[in-house]
Amino acid sequence: MAQHQVNYASSAGLPIALTTVDKLVNWGRSNSLWPLTYGLACCAIEMMASGASRFDFDRFGTIFRASPRQADVMILAGTLSKKHAEFTRRLYDQMAEPKWVISMGSCANTGGMFNTYATVQGVDRIVPVDIYLPGCAPRPETLQYALMMLQKKIRRESANMNKNTKQNLRLI
Amino acid sequence: MQQTNKLTPFFENLNFERSDNMMVINFGPQHPSAHGQLRLVLELDGEKVTKAYPDIGYLHRGIEKMAENMTYNEFLPTTDRLDYIASTSNNYAYAHAVEKLLELEIPERAQVIRTMLLEVNRIISHLFFLATHALDVGAMSLFLYAFREREFGMDLMEEYCGARLTHSAVRIGGVPLDLPKDWTRELLKWCDTVEHELANTYEMLLNENRIWKMRLEDVGVISAEEAQSWGCSGPMLRGSGVQYDIRKEEPYELYGELEFDIPVSDRCDSYGRYRLYMEEMKESIKILRQLVPLYDRSAPQLMAHAPQYISAPKEEIMTQNYALMQHFVLVTQGMRPPVGEVYAPTESPKGELGFYIKSEGEPYAYRLKCRAPSFFHTGLLQEILVGTYIADVVTIIGSTNIVFGEVDR
Repeated sequence: MAQHQVNYASSAGLPIALTTVDKLVNWGRSNSLWPLTYGLACCAIEMMASGASRFDFDRFGTIFRASPRQADVMILAGTLSKKHAEFTRRLYDQMAEPKWVISMGSCANTGGMFNTYATVQGVDRIVPVDIYLPGCAPRPETLQYALMMLQKKIRRESANMNKNTKQNLRLI
Repeated sequence: MQQTNKLTPFFENLNFERSDNMMVINFGPQHPSAHGQLRLVLELDGEKVTKAYPDIGYLHRGIEKMAENMTYNEFLPTTDRLDYIASTSNNYAYAHAVEKLLELEIPERAQVIRTMLLEVNRIISHLFFLATHALDVGAMSLFLYAFREREFGMDLMEEYCGARLTHSAVRIGGVPLDLPKDWTRELLKWCDTVEHELANTYEMLLNENRIWKMRLEDVGVISAEEAQSWGCSGPMLRGSGVQYDIRKEEPYELYGELEFDIPVSDRCDSYGRYRLYMEEMKESIKILRQLVPLYDRSAPQLMAHAPQYISAPKEEIMTQNYALMQHFVLVTQGMRPPVGEVYAPTESPKGELGFYIKSEGEPYAYRLKCRAPSFFHTGLLQEILVGTYIADVVTIIGSTNIVFGEVDR
Protein backbone atom coordinates (compact mmCIF):
# COMPACT_ATOMS: atom_id res chain seq x y z
CA MET A 1 0.00 0.00 0.00
CA ALA A 2 1.39 3.34 -0.95
CA GLN A 3 1.34 5.56 2.11
CA HIS A 4 2.14 8.76 0.25
CA GLN A 5 -0.68 8.54 -2.24
CA VAL A 6 -1.81 11.97 -3.42
CA ASN A 7 -5.48 12.65 -3.56
CA TYR A 8 -5.60 14.88 -6.62
CA ALA A 9 -9.23 15.74 -6.25
CA SER A 10 -8.88 17.16 -2.75
CA SER A 11 -5.42 18.77 -3.08
CA ALA A 12 -5.27 22.37 -4.14
CA GLY A 13 -3.86 22.00 -7.66
CA LEU A 14 -3.18 19.27 -10.14
CA PRO A 15 0.51 18.59 -10.79
CA ILE A 16 -0.28 18.17 -14.46
CA ALA A 17 0.60 20.56 -17.24
CA LEU A 18 -0.82 20.29 -20.69
CA THR A 19 1.21 21.30 -23.70
CA THR A 20 1.93 20.38 -27.27
CA VAL A 21 5.05 18.55 -28.39
CA ASP A 22 6.00 21.56 -30.50
CA LYS A 23 5.89 23.89 -27.54
CA LEU A 24 7.77 21.54 -25.24
CA VAL A 25 10.54 20.83 -27.74
CA ASN A 26 10.86 24.46 -28.73
CA TRP A 27 10.98 25.50 -25.08
CA GLY A 28 13.97 23.23 -24.65
CA ARG A 29 15.66 24.25 -27.88
CA SER A 30 15.25 27.98 -27.44
CA ASN A 31 16.45 28.06 -23.85
CA SER A 32 19.64 26.13 -24.33
CA LEU A 33 21.14 27.63 -27.46
CA TRP A 34 24.79 26.71 -27.40
CA PRO A 35 26.80 28.78 -29.85
CA LEU A 36 29.99 27.74 -31.53
CA THR A 37 32.93 30.00 -30.63
CA TYR A 38 33.32 31.26 -34.13
CA GLY A 39 35.32 34.43 -33.69
CA LEU A 40 36.74 35.68 -36.94
CA ALA A 41 37.71 39.31 -36.36
CA CYS A 42 36.79 42.39 -34.35
CA CYS A 43 33.23 41.23 -33.59
CA ALA A 44 34.70 38.24 -31.79
CA ILE A 45 35.90 40.59 -29.06
CA GLU A 46 32.36 41.86 -28.57
CA MET A 47 31.13 38.28 -28.64
CA MET A 48 33.60 37.47 -25.85
CA ALA A 49 32.46 40.56 -23.97
CA SER A 50 28.87 39.31 -24.16
CA GLY A 51 30.01 36.05 -22.63
CA ALA A 52 31.97 37.82 -19.89
CA SER A 53 31.00 39.42 -16.62
CA ARG A 54 28.92 42.45 -17.50
CA PHE A 55 26.66 41.03 -20.16
CA ASP A 56 26.64 37.43 -18.90
CA PHE A 57 25.24 35.34 -21.72
CA ASP A 58 24.77 32.32 -19.48
CA ARG A 59 21.51 33.85 -18.28
CA PHE A 60 19.97 32.90 -21.62
CA GLY A 61 21.25 29.34 -21.41
CA THR A 62 23.91 30.30 -23.88
CA ILE A 63 27.18 28.55 -23.21
CA PHE A 64 29.95 28.80 -25.78
CA ARG A 65 31.15 25.47 -27.09
CA ALA A 66 34.39 24.90 -28.91
CA SER A 67 33.16 21.92 -30.93
CA PRO A 68 30.63 22.11 -33.77
CA ARG A 69 29.23 18.75 -32.68
CA GLN A 70 27.97 20.28 -29.44
CA ALA A 71 26.74 23.56 -30.88
CA ASP A 72 23.25 24.61 -31.96
CA VAL A 73 23.92 28.06 -33.27
CA MET A 74 26.84 29.43 -35.21
CA ILE A 75 27.59 33.08 -34.49
CA LEU A 76 29.70 34.21 -37.40
CA ALA A 77 31.46 37.16 -35.83
CA GLY A 78 33.72 39.03 -38.19
CA THR A 79 35.11 39.19 -41.68
CA LEU A 80 34.99 35.95 -43.60
CA SER A 81 37.82 35.70 -46.08
CA LYS A 82 37.70 33.50 -49.14
CA LYS A 83 40.52 31.42 -47.71
CA HIS A 84 38.45 30.69 -44.63
CA ALA A 85 35.07 30.15 -46.35
CA GLU A 86 35.75 26.48 -46.99
CA PHE A 87 36.18 25.82 -43.28
CA THR A 88 33.02 27.71 -42.39
CA ARG A 89 30.97 25.49 -44.61
CA ARG A 90 32.68 22.39 -43.25
CA LEU A 91 32.03 23.41 -39.64
CA TYR A 92 28.42 24.24 -40.49
CA ASP A 93 27.96 20.82 -42.03
CA GLN A 94 29.48 19.21 -38.95
CA MET A 95 26.93 20.81 -36.65
CA ALA A 96 24.04 18.57 -35.67
CA GLU A 97 20.47 19.45 -36.68
CA PRO A 98 18.63 21.57 -35.69
CA LYS A 99 21.05 24.44 -36.27
CA TRP A 100 20.85 28.16 -36.73
CA VAL A 101 23.22 30.86 -37.88
CA ILE A 102 23.60 34.43 -36.64
CA SER A 103 25.59 36.70 -38.91
CA MET A 104 27.20 39.27 -36.63
CA GLY A 105 28.43 42.59 -37.94
CA SER A 106 28.55 44.34 -41.29
CA CYS A 107 31.42 42.22 -42.61
CA ALA A 108 29.51 39.00 -42.10
CA ASN A 109 26.27 40.49 -43.45
CA THR A 110 27.51 42.05 -46.66
CA GLY A 111 31.28 42.27 -46.61
CA GLY A 112 30.94 45.68 -44.98
CA MET A 113 33.73 48.11 -45.60
CA PHE A 114 35.99 45.43 -47.02
CA ASN A 115 34.90 45.25 -50.60
CA THR A 116 38.14 43.64 -51.74
CA TYR A 117 39.42 40.61 -53.60
CA ALA A 118 39.96 38.66 -50.38
CA THR A 119 36.69 38.84 -48.50
CA VAL A 120 33.41 37.01 -48.95
CA GLN A 121 30.69 39.59 -49.58
CA GLY A 122 28.27 38.22 -47.02
CA VAL A 123 28.33 34.86 -45.26
CA ASP A 124 24.90 34.02 -46.68
CA ARG A 125 26.82 33.00 -49.77
CA ILE A 126 28.30 30.16 -47.76
CA VAL A 127 25.71 29.21 -45.10
CA PRO A 128 22.00 30.00 -44.65
CA VAL A 129 21.59 32.83 -42.15
CA ASP A 130 18.72 33.23 -39.68
CA ILE A 131 19.50 36.57 -38.07
CA TYR A 132 21.47 39.46 -39.52
CA LEU A 133 23.00 41.72 -36.95
CA PRO A 134 24.01 45.20 -38.11
CA GLY A 135 26.84 47.26 -36.65
CA CYS A 136 30.57 47.57 -36.86
CA ALA A 137 31.14 46.15 -34.34
CA PRO A 138 27.68 45.45 -32.88
CA ARG A 139 27.48 46.01 -29.15
CA PRO A 140 27.00 43.04 -26.82
CA GLU A 141 23.45 44.24 -26.20
CA THR A 142 22.77 43.86 -29.91
CA LEU A 143 23.98 40.29 -29.82
CA GLN A 144 21.77 39.61 -26.83
CA TYR A 145 18.81 41.06 -28.67
CA ALA A 146 19.62 38.94 -31.72
CA LEU A 147 19.69 35.86 -29.55
CA MET A 148 16.32 36.75 -28.07
CA MET A 149 14.94 37.24 -31.58
CA LEU A 150 16.33 33.84 -32.53
CA GLN A 151 14.62 32.33 -29.50
CA LYS A 152 11.35 33.89 -30.64
CA LYS A 153 11.87 32.50 -34.10
CA ILE A 154 12.55 29.02 -32.77
CA ARG A 155 9.42 29.13 -30.65
CA ARG A 156 7.37 29.84 -33.76
CA GLU A 157 8.91 26.98 -35.73
CA SER A 158 7.66 23.44 -35.91
CA ALA A 159 9.51 20.93 -33.76
CA ASN A 160 9.75 18.76 -36.82
CA MET A 161 12.45 20.56 -38.73
CA ASN A 162 11.40 18.98 -42.01
CA LYS A 163 8.23 21.04 -41.94
CA ASN A 164 10.09 24.33 -41.71
CA THR A 165 10.64 26.14 -44.93
CA LYS A 166 14.24 26.96 -44.13
CA GLN A 167 15.04 23.30 -43.84
CA ASN A 168 13.82 22.80 -47.38
CA LEU A 169 16.02 25.62 -48.54
CA ARG A 170 18.94 24.02 -46.85
CA LEU A 171 18.55 20.83 -48.87
CA ILE A 172 18.91 22.64 -52.19
CA MET B 1 48.86 21.82 -57.88
CA GLN B 2 50.05 18.87 -55.84
CA GLN B 3 47.26 16.74 -54.40
CA THR B 4 47.06 15.57 -50.83
CA ASN B 5 47.28 11.85 -50.36
CA LYS B 6 47.83 9.50 -47.49
CA LEU B 7 51.49 8.91 -48.24
CA THR B 8 52.65 12.49 -48.34
CA PRO B 9 50.45 14.89 -46.41
CA PHE B 10 50.60 18.14 -48.27
CA PHE B 11 49.73 21.55 -46.88
CA GLU B 12 50.07 24.17 -49.57
CA ASN B 13 53.83 24.65 -49.65
CA LEU B 14 54.72 22.37 -46.75
CA ASN B 15 55.89 18.83 -47.25
CA PHE B 16 56.18 16.23 -44.54
CA GLU B 17 58.10 12.98 -44.80
CA ARG B 18 55.94 9.99 -44.06
CA SER B 19 57.03 8.44 -40.82
CA ASP B 20 55.24 5.98 -38.58
CA ASN B 21 56.27 7.76 -35.41
CA MET B 22 55.26 11.24 -36.43
CA MET B 23 51.80 12.68 -36.54
CA VAL B 24 50.83 15.81 -38.39
CA ILE B 25 48.00 17.77 -36.83
CA ASN B 26 46.21 20.86 -37.87
CA PHE B 27 45.65 23.49 -35.19
CA GLY B 28 43.09 25.97 -36.39
CA PRO B 29 42.16 28.05 -38.36
CA GLN B 30 39.10 27.99 -36.14
CA HIS B 31 40.44 27.14 -32.71
CA PRO B 32 39.17 28.88 -29.59
CA SER B 33 42.70 29.31 -28.25
CA ALA B 34 44.32 30.41 -31.48
CA HIS B 35 43.49 34.08 -30.83
CA GLY B 36 41.85 34.52 -34.18
CA GLN B 37 42.45 32.71 -37.35
CA LEU B 38 45.84 31.15 -36.91
CA ARG B 39 46.37 27.81 -38.54
CA LEU B 40 49.32 25.95 -37.13
CA VAL B 41 50.49 22.78 -38.82
CA LEU B 42 52.28 20.80 -36.15
CA GLU B 43 54.33 17.66 -36.54
CA LEU B 44 54.31 15.68 -33.33
CA ASP B 45 56.52 12.98 -31.95
CA GLY B 46 54.33 11.64 -29.19
CA GLU B 47 53.41 14.80 -27.34
CA LYS B 48 56.44 16.79 -28.43
CA VAL B 49 56.30 19.26 -31.28
CA THR B 50 59.05 18.59 -33.80
CA LYS B 51 57.98 21.05 -36.49
CA ALA B 52 55.59 23.96 -36.45
CA TYR B 53 54.39 26.01 -39.37
CA PRO B 54 52.13 28.98 -38.74
CA ASP B 55 49.88 29.41 -41.76
CA ILE B 56 48.43 32.89 -41.93
CA GLY B 57 46.20 34.77 -44.31
CA TYR B 58 42.79 33.64 -43.08
CA LEU B 59 41.87 37.19 -42.13
CA HIS B 60 43.52 38.87 -45.09
CA ARG B 61 41.25 41.72 -46.11
CA GLY B 62 43.52 43.74 -48.34
CA ILE B 63 43.66 46.75 -46.03
CA GLU B 64 46.95 48.05 -47.44
CA LYS B 65 45.59 47.87 -50.96
CA MET B 66 42.41 49.64 -49.86
CA ALA B 67 44.55 52.52 -48.61
CA GLU B 68 45.74 53.19 -52.16
CA ASN B 69 42.19 54.01 -53.23
CA MET B 70 41.12 56.05 -50.24
CA THR B 71 41.91 59.60 -49.26
CA TYR B 72 43.98 60.02 -46.13
CA ASN B 73 41.08 60.91 -43.86
CA GLU B 74 38.90 58.23 -45.38
CA PHE B 75 41.38 55.50 -44.51
CA LEU B 76 41.57 56.35 -40.81
CA PRO B 77 38.52 54.30 -39.68
CA THR B 78 39.90 51.28 -41.52
CA THR B 79 42.93 51.30 -39.24
CA ASP B 80 40.58 50.50 -36.34
CA ARG B 81 40.23 47.01 -37.74
CA LEU B 82 43.93 46.22 -37.61
CA ASP B 83 44.62 45.65 -33.94
CA TYR B 84 41.00 45.72 -32.88
CA ILE B 85 41.77 45.28 -29.19
CA ALA B 86 43.40 48.69 -28.95
CA SER B 87 41.95 50.64 -31.87
CA THR B 88 43.16 54.07 -30.89
CA SER B 89 46.79 53.02 -31.02
CA ASN B 90 46.32 52.14 -34.70
CA ASN B 91 44.48 55.38 -35.42
CA TYR B 92 47.26 57.24 -33.72
CA ALA B 93 50.08 55.39 -35.48
CA TYR B 94 48.49 56.20 -38.84
CA ALA B 95 47.73 59.82 -38.00
CA HIS B 96 51.26 60.19 -36.61
CA ALA B 97 52.79 58.98 -39.87
CA VAL B 98 50.63 61.32 -41.96
CA GLU B 99 51.42 64.23 -39.64
CA LYS B 100 55.11 63.51 -40.05
CA LEU B 101 54.60 63.65 -43.80
CA LEU B 102 52.72 66.95 -43.52
CA GLU B 103 55.07 68.30 -40.81
CA LEU B 104 52.20 69.45 -38.63
CA GLU B 105 52.40 70.97 -35.18
CA ILE B 106 49.82 69.38 -32.88
CA PRO B 107 48.24 71.63 -30.23
CA GLU B 108 49.00 70.74 -26.65
CA ARG B 109 45.51 69.78 -25.57
CA ALA B 110 45.21 67.37 -28.48
CA GLN B 111 48.53 65.85 -27.46
CA VAL B 112 47.35 65.36 -23.89
CA ILE B 113 44.08 63.77 -24.99
CA ARG B 114 45.85 61.51 -27.44
CA THR B 115 48.36 60.32 -24.87
CA MET B 116 45.50 59.67 -22.44
CA LEU B 117 43.59 57.65 -25.01
CA LEU B 118 46.70 55.69 -25.95
CA GLU B 119 47.36 54.73 -22.35
CA VAL B 120 43.71 53.85 -21.69
CA ASN B 121 43.92 51.62 -24.74
CA ARG B 122 47.13 50.07 -23.48
CA ILE B 123 45.45 49.08 -20.23
CA ILE B 124 42.38 47.78 -22.08
CA SER B 125 44.60 45.71 -24.34
CA HIS B 126 46.72 44.37 -21.49
CA LEU B 127 43.62 43.43 -19.50
CA PHE B 128 42.38 41.60 -22.55
CA PHE B 129 45.71 39.79 -22.82
CA LEU B 130 45.45 38.80 -19.17
CA ALA B 131 41.86 37.60 -19.57
CA THR B 132 42.41 35.48 -22.67
CA HIS B 133 45.79 34.16 -21.58
CA ALA B 134 44.36 33.07 -18.26
CA LEU B 135 41.34 31.55 -19.98
CA ASP B 136 43.56 29.56 -22.33
CA VAL B 137 45.70 28.29 -19.49
CA GLY B 138 42.63 27.38 -17.47
CA ALA B 139 42.06 30.19 -14.97
CA MET B 140 38.48 30.90 -15.99
CA SER B 141 37.64 33.17 -13.05
CA LEU B 142 40.35 35.63 -14.00
CA PHE B 143 38.74 36.06 -17.40
CA LEU B 144 35.61 37.31 -15.70
CA TYR B 145 37.49 39.61 -13.32
CA ALA B 146 39.68 41.16 -16.02
CA PHE B 147 36.75 41.74 -18.33
CA ARG B 148 34.93 43.53 -15.53
CA GLU B 149 37.60 46.24 -15.31
CA ARG B 150 38.01 46.26 -19.06
CA GLU B 151 34.35 47.16 -19.49
CA PHE B 152 34.84 50.24 -17.32
CA GLY B 153 37.71 51.29 -19.59
CA MET B 154 35.48 50.73 -22.62
CA ASP B 155 32.88 52.96 -20.95
CA LEU B 156 35.47 55.73 -20.77
CA MET B 157 36.26 55.33 -24.45
CA GLU B 158 32.58 55.23 -25.28
CA GLU B 159 31.94 58.40 -23.37
CA TYR B 160 34.68 60.12 -25.30
CA CYS B 161 34.11 58.92 -28.86
CA GLY B 162 30.84 56.99 -28.84
CA ALA B 163 32.21 53.62 -29.84
CA ARG B 164 33.21 50.70 -27.70
CA LEU B 165 35.59 48.84 -29.94
CA THR B 166 36.30 50.71 -33.16
CA HIS B 167 37.06 54.15 -31.81
CA SER B 168 38.47 56.34 -34.61
CA ALA B 169 39.13 58.74 -31.76
CA VAL B 170 42.10 60.48 -33.38
CA ARG B 171 42.14 62.68 -36.45
CA ILE B 172 45.00 63.70 -38.66
CA GLY B 173 46.15 66.92 -37.02
CA GLY B 174 44.56 66.49 -33.62
CA VAL B 175 41.48 65.06 -31.99
CA PRO B 176 37.86 65.70 -33.02
CA LEU B 177 36.40 66.46 -29.60
CA ASP B 178 37.31 67.84 -26.24
CA LEU B 179 36.96 65.56 -23.25
CA PRO B 180 33.42 65.42 -21.83
CA LYS B 181 32.73 67.05 -18.51
CA ASP B 182 34.05 65.09 -15.53
CA TRP B 183 35.79 62.62 -17.84
CA THR B 184 39.13 63.07 -16.11
CA ARG B 185 37.53 62.42 -12.74
CA GLU B 186 36.07 59.16 -14.05
CA LEU B 187 39.46 58.34 -15.51
CA LEU B 188 41.19 58.78 -12.17
CA LYS B 189 38.53 56.67 -10.50
CA TRP B 190 39.12 53.95 -13.05
CA CYS B 191 42.87 54.18 -12.48
CA ASP B 192 42.30 53.59 -8.77
CA THR B 193 40.05 50.61 -9.50
CA VAL B 194 42.50 49.00 -11.88
CA GLU B 195 45.41 49.59 -9.53
CA HIS B 196 43.48 48.10 -6.65
CA GLU B 197 42.35 45.10 -8.65
CA LEU B 198 45.83 44.53 -10.04
CA ALA B 199 47.35 44.30 -6.60
CA ASN B 200 44.49 42.60 -4.81
CA THR B 201 42.89 40.33 -7.37
CA TYR B 202 45.01 39.47 -10.38
CA GLU B 203 48.41 39.33 -8.76
CA MET B 204 47.05 37.71 -5.61
CA LEU B 205 45.37 35.05 -7.71
CA LEU B 206 48.18 34.37 -10.13
CA ASN B 207 51.64 35.44 -9.00
CA GLU B 208 52.20 32.60 -6.57
CA ASN B 209 49.56 30.29 -7.97
CA ARG B 210 51.14 26.83 -8.25
CA ILE B 211 49.25 25.77 -11.36
CA TRP B 212 49.80 29.10 -13.06
CA LYS B 213 53.53 28.92 -12.36
CA MET B 214 53.77 25.31 -13.51
CA ARG B 215 52.06 26.16 -16.77
CA LEU B 216 54.04 29.33 -17.46
CA GLU B 217 57.51 29.02 -15.99
CA ASP B 218 60.19 27.95 -18.49
CA VAL B 219 57.57 27.72 -21.22
CA GLY B 220 58.17 29.59 -24.45
CA VAL B 221 61.73 30.62 -23.66
CA ILE B 222 63.08 33.26 -26.04
CA SER B 223 66.66 34.40 -25.62
CA ALA B 224 67.58 38.03 -26.18
CA GLU B 225 69.45 37.18 -29.41
CA GLU B 226 66.51 35.19 -30.72
CA ALA B 227 64.05 37.95 -29.94
CA GLN B 228 66.19 40.55 -31.65
CA SER B 229 66.91 38.48 -34.74
CA TRP B 230 63.22 37.62 -35.23
CA GLY B 231 62.26 41.28 -35.08
CA CYS B 232 60.30 41.11 -31.85
CA SER B 233 59.23 44.29 -30.15
CA GLY B 234 57.17 45.41 -27.21
CA PRO B 235 56.69 43.03 -24.28
CA MET B 236 58.08 40.12 -26.29
CA LEU B 237 61.43 41.89 -26.54
CA ARG B 238 61.40 43.40 -23.06
CA GLY B 239 60.43 40.01 -21.65
CA SER B 240 63.77 38.76 -22.94
CA GLY B 241 65.76 41.37 -21.09
CA VAL B 242 66.23 43.97 -23.83
CA GLN B 243 65.24 47.42 -22.65
CA TYR B 244 63.73 48.90 -25.78
CA ASP B 245 60.61 51.00 -25.91
CA ILE B 246 59.81 53.46 -28.69
CA ARG B 247 58.24 55.78 -26.12
CA LYS B 248 61.74 56.30 -24.69
CA GLU B 249 63.89 55.75 -27.80
CA GLU B 250 61.99 58.03 -30.15
CA PRO B 251 59.53 59.94 -27.94
CA TYR B 252 56.33 61.05 -29.63
CA GLU B 253 53.46 63.10 -28.22
CA LEU B 254 54.15 63.88 -24.56
CA TYR B 255 56.15 60.78 -23.68
CA GLY B 256 59.37 62.77 -23.64
CA GLU B 257 58.08 64.94 -20.78
CA LEU B 258 56.39 62.31 -18.65
CA GLU B 259 58.01 60.29 -15.94
CA PHE B 260 57.66 56.57 -16.29
CA ASP B 261 59.84 53.48 -16.28
CA ILE B 262 60.21 50.74 -18.82
CA PRO B 263 59.79 47.45 -16.99
CA VAL B 264 62.11 44.70 -18.17
CA SER B 265 62.19 41.03 -17.30
CA ASP B 266 65.18 38.80 -17.95
CA ARG B 267 63.33 35.58 -17.22
CA CYS B 268 62.71 35.13 -20.98
CA ASP B 269 59.70 32.82 -20.36
CA SER B 270 55.92 33.21 -20.40
CA TYR B 271 55.80 33.93 -16.67
CA GLY B 272 58.26 36.79 -17.07
CA ARG B 273 56.15 38.24 -19.84
CA TYR B 274 53.01 37.95 -17.73
CA ARG B 275 54.73 39.89 -14.92
CA LEU B 276 55.87 42.46 -17.45
CA TYR B 277 52.32 43.07 -18.65
CA MET B 278 51.23 43.66 -15.08
CA GLU B 279 54.06 46.14 -14.49
CA GLU B 280 53.28 47.96 -17.74
CA MET B 281 49.71 48.50 -16.63
CA LYS B 282 50.98 50.11 -13.44
CA GLU B 283 53.24 52.40 -15.48
CA SER B 284 50.29 53.36 -17.68
CA ILE B 285 48.31 54.30 -14.60
CA LYS B 286 51.25 56.45 -13.48
CA ILE B 287 51.25 58.21 -16.87
CA LEU B 288 47.50 58.79 -16.79
CA ARG B 289 47.72 60.42 -13.37
CA GLN B 290 50.41 62.81 -14.61
CA LEU B 291 48.32 63.74 -17.63
CA VAL B 292 45.25 64.99 -15.78
CA PRO B 293 46.90 68.20 -14.43
CA LEU B 294 48.50 68.76 -17.86
CA TYR B 295 45.05 68.66 -19.41
CA ASP B 296 43.70 71.29 -17.05
CA ARG B 297 46.59 73.64 -17.87
CA SER B 298 46.41 73.30 -21.68
CA ALA B 299 44.83 75.79 -24.09
CA PRO B 300 41.55 74.57 -25.62
CA GLN B 301 42.73 74.25 -29.24
CA LEU B 302 42.12 70.74 -30.61
CA MET B 303 43.17 70.67 -34.25
CA ALA B 304 46.39 71.87 -35.84
CA HIS B 305 46.23 75.06 -37.86
CA ALA B 306 47.14 74.18 -41.44
CA PRO B 307 44.52 75.46 -43.90
CA GLN B 308 46.14 73.54 -46.74
CA TYR B 309 45.48 70.18 -45.11
CA ILE B 310 43.07 70.56 -42.21
CA SER B 311 39.59 72.09 -42.21
CA ALA B 312 39.05 75.12 -39.99
CA PRO B 313 36.88 74.82 -36.85
CA LYS B 314 33.16 74.54 -37.48
CA GLU B 315 32.38 78.13 -36.40
CA GLU B 316 34.79 79.53 -38.98
CA ILE B 317 33.39 77.28 -41.72
CA MET B 318 29.92 78.57 -40.98
CA THR B 319 30.93 82.24 -40.85
CA GLN B 320 33.88 82.75 -43.20
CA ASN B 321 33.73 82.20 -46.92
CA TYR B 322 37.36 81.22 -47.37
CA ALA B 323 37.22 78.59 -44.61
CA LEU B 324 34.11 77.11 -46.23
CA MET B 325 35.87 76.88 -49.60
CA GLN B 326 38.86 75.18 -48.02
CA HIS B 327 36.59 72.77 -46.25
CA PHE B 328 34.74 71.98 -49.47
CA VAL B 329 37.94 71.23 -51.33
CA LEU B 330 39.34 69.12 -48.49
CA VAL B 331 36.15 67.09 -48.19
CA THR B 332 35.50 66.53 -51.88
CA GLN B 333 39.08 66.04 -53.07
CA GLY B 334 41.03 65.16 -49.96
CA MET B 335 44.26 66.64 -48.70
CA ARG B 336 47.31 66.47 -50.93
CA PRO B 337 50.46 65.88 -48.87
CA PRO B 338 53.87 66.79 -50.33
CA VAL B 339 55.77 64.21 -52.37
CA GLY B 340 57.87 61.99 -50.16
CA GLU B 341 57.97 58.90 -48.05
CA VAL B 342 57.81 58.52 -44.33
CA TYR B 343 57.98 55.86 -41.66
CA ALA B 344 56.86 56.66 -38.13
CA PRO B 345 57.09 54.03 -35.39
CA THR B 346 54.93 54.04 -32.29
CA GLU B 347 54.78 51.75 -29.29
CA SER B 348 51.43 50.01 -29.51
CA PRO B 349 50.42 47.70 -26.63
CA LYS B 350 51.84 44.78 -28.60
CA GLY B 351 55.06 46.30 -29.83
CA GLU B 352 56.36 48.51 -32.58
CA LEU B 353 53.51 49.61 -34.79
CA GLY B 354 54.48 51.87 -37.63
CA PHE B 355 53.08 53.04 -40.91
CA TYR B 356 55.19 53.56 -43.99
CA ILE B 357 53.57 55.93 -46.43
CA LYS B 358 54.78 56.87 -49.87
CA SER B 359 53.13 59.93 -51.26
CA GLU B 360 53.26 61.15 -54.85
CA GLY B 361 51.41 64.36 -54.03
CA GLU B 362 48.04 62.82 -54.79
CA PRO B 363 45.10 62.67 -52.34
CA TYR B 364 45.69 58.91 -52.23
CA ALA B 365 48.76 57.23 -50.79
CA TYR B 366 50.86 55.62 -53.51
CA ARG B 367 51.78 52.82 -51.14
CA LEU B 368 50.96 52.24 -47.52
CA LYS B 369 52.66 49.57 -45.46
CA CYS B 370 51.76 48.69 -41.92
CA ARG B 371 54.55 47.32 -39.78
CA ALA B 372 52.57 45.31 -37.26
CA PRO B 373 54.25 43.70 -34.24
CA SER B 374 52.06 40.60 -34.20
CA PHE B 375 53.23 39.58 -37.65
CA PHE B 376 56.78 39.13 -36.40
CA HIS B 377 55.63 37.39 -33.25
CA THR B 378 53.67 34.89 -35.34
CA GLY B 379 56.79 34.13 -37.37
CA LEU B 380 58.65 33.47 -34.15
CA LEU B 381 56.25 30.61 -33.34
CA GLN B 382 57.97 28.25 -35.77
CA GLU B 383 61.15 28.61 -33.74
CA ILE B 384 59.92 28.54 -30.15
CA LEU B 385 57.25 25.88 -30.52
CA VAL B 386 59.76 23.22 -31.56
CA GLY B 387 60.62 20.96 -28.63
CA THR B 388 57.68 21.99 -26.46
CA TYR B 389 54.73 19.82 -25.51
CA ILE B 390 51.43 20.14 -27.31
CA ALA B 391 49.76 21.38 -24.12
CA ASP B 392 52.20 24.30 -23.96
CA VAL B 393 51.41 25.45 -27.50
CA VAL B 394 48.32 27.23 -26.26
CA THR B 395 50.27 28.93 -23.45
CA ILE B 396 52.89 30.16 -25.88
CA ILE B 397 50.37 31.49 -28.40
CA GLY B 398 48.59 33.23 -25.53
CA SER B 399 51.77 34.79 -24.22
CA THR B 400 52.83 36.14 -27.63
CA ASN B 401 49.55 38.12 -27.60
CA ILE B 402 49.01 38.12 -31.34
CA VAL B 403 45.99 39.65 -33.05
CA PHE B 404 45.12 38.51 -36.51
CA GLY B 405 43.68 41.70 -37.86
CA GLU B 406 47.20 43.00 -37.60
CA VAL B 407 49.00 39.93 -38.89
CA ASP B 408 46.99 39.37 -42.05
CA ARG B 409 45.88 42.95 -42.61
